[in-house]
Amino acid sequence: MKPAATELARYDLRIIASWIEPGSRVLDLGCGEGDLLLHLKNTRGVLGTGIEKREEKVAAALAKGLTVLQGDIREEVADYAENTFDYVIVSQTLQQVYAPVELIATLLAIGRAVVVSFPNFSHWKNRLQLLVKGQAPRSPQLPYEWYDTPNIRVITIRDFRRFTRTVGCAILRETAINTHQHDRHGTIVRFLPNLRATYGIFLIGRHQ
Amino acid sequence: MSEYTGRDQGGLSVGIVARQTHTFAEPPSPPLRLESGATLSPVTLAYETYGTLNAEKSNAILILHALSGDAHVAGYHRQEDTKPGWWESMVGPGKGIDTDRYFVICSNILGSCMGSTGPCATNPQTGRPYGLDFPVVTIGDMVEAQRALIDHLGIPKLLAVVGGSVGGMQVLEWTVRFPERVTAAIPLATTMRHSALSIAFNEIARQAIMADPKWRGGHYHGDATPATGLAVARMIGHVTYLSDEAMRRKFGRRLQNREDFSFHFDAEFQVESYLRHQGSKFVERFDANSFLYITKAADYFDLEHRGGSNSAVETFSRAMAKFLVVSFTSDWLYPTYQSREIVRALKKNGLDVSFCEIAADCGHDAFLIPNARLSALIAGFLDRVTHEAGSH
Repeated sequence: MKPAATELARYDLRIIASWIEPGSRVLDLGCGEGDLLLHLKNTRGVLGTGIEKREEKVAAALAKGLTVLQGDIREEVADYAENTFDYVIVSQTLQQVYAPVELIATLLAIGRAVVVSFPNFSHWKNRLQLLVKGQAPRSPQLPYEWYDTPNIRVITIRDFRRFTRTVGCAILRETAINTHQHDRHGTIVRFLPNLRATYGIFLIGRHQ
Repeated sequence: MSEYTGRDQGGLSVGIVARQTHTFAEPPSPPLRLESGATLSPVTLAYETYGTLNAEKSNAILILHALSGDAHVAGYHRQEDTKPGWWESMVGPGKGIDTDRYFVICSNILGSCMGSTGPCATNPQTGRPYGLDFPVVTIGDMVEAQRALIDHLGIPKLLAVVGGSVGGMQVLEWTVRFPERVTAAIPLATTMRHSALSIAFNEIARQAIMADPKWRGGHYHGDATPATGLAVARMIGHVTYLSDEAMRRKFGRRLQNREDFSFHFDAEFQVESYLRHQGSKFVERFDANSFLYITKAADYFDLEHRGGSNSAVETFSRAMAKFLVVSFTSDWLYPTYQSREIVRALKKNGLDVSFCEIAADCGHDAFLIPNARLSALIAGFLDRVTHEAGSH
């Protein structure tokens, strides 16, 4: 089997990939079919492991020759020793986690650094929908109705910064991005990110 | 052997294959020393191979069969055979275990009756079949014998060991007994140790055999065999290999060749007729004593308490292989939680482990049934470990 195409379709994943040091040990939580892991393996030679709940996604990732465990994130992360990984990636998953404080604490123990990305709920279009229409916001990043959304946590970029202070971890790096065309393209947002960015991406670590 | 195997739909097969044998531990060589302390000499293993061993001898895959299996994994012994080997769907050109790329070996386990040394073999001390004088063998003893065969074939390190059920136990045993000789391991639908439930079913099956008056303490050779007991033992086994859902789908409460109850004790329900059929087919090819020995070996197997270990984590601290663990949703003989225990112990040792629970309603037997998903993920895993082994 030839290495599959290594170009990542999603802009946010391209940003995350650019942060990962070559040759590092990576755990990708909610890895889906393993696009990011495969990319990191082929372009940066990482030793990657993925965790994914859905069988068909796990099978697809395994068929690509990735190391993947089928299971629940919360349970699976508990089995690793401290500093097993250089990076733990929680891409677009934190907003669906029931106990984020505990999860982040575990991840900061098993990994030296944690990459967290999430849809920015305070994007101006979301605000406008709430303000003008009086409706729960829906967008390409948040396509759900209130009754079927898996996103049980409403996170904004500002909230996440505050969260890192509360739980006492360090922000090592952060980027806000604005994506379009099904998230395939995007730009980095430096001016008013909490208003203009569709996603926030953070690299956090333990406090020095 | 498997009721599930059949001609490949696409006509892909390894074709005609021949069974071979390897005999070792013959005087003047030392005998095979067993875990019980007993010795065995000589020892013969029946085996088959498919594909070609490469010049580096780095593409060998050892398949380990389950309780009643044999060395005949794929292909046909003769042109006129109606059924191929028991894992024809998985092993062959372009299949999950691709014989165009890998050199595949399977040997009949020690204690069995399909060509390898077991209770049917001739005891050199008496010139008669061993019967119950055959020493009790363990999963470790089976693996020890397989190692002798792999040495004989001149293979320094296996690319992979693959097997389901009792075969999966041998896979796990290989990774801790000979860690430096296994690159990758694929234990399917298996366990590190039998639960009380599994031991219970095995014991009922053994009792069925031993209660048959024709068993005669195991010394029935040259006489009528305990066919009734063995058939009942097989019927019990078949129930544990299926699932509630599979049995509902396969049989329900349907009656066999009749409209109404007969008010007799004939096989009226289809499930009764199926079990009787499987039972009587089994006695034609399998030995009752071998059934006792192999089920006992499976019951004794325990990776949590192995060689002084007090936990599976400790046992697997010796392992070096990369693992792909697979369980099936409706397997109630070795349920998914038992595979997860294996996975957890491997993770805690920092080993490279993948795990998938495949949705299948056919119970424990699921690993034997053609399954495109299972084939694809085994192929992907083997491809990866081949590349990673080559780059080191």
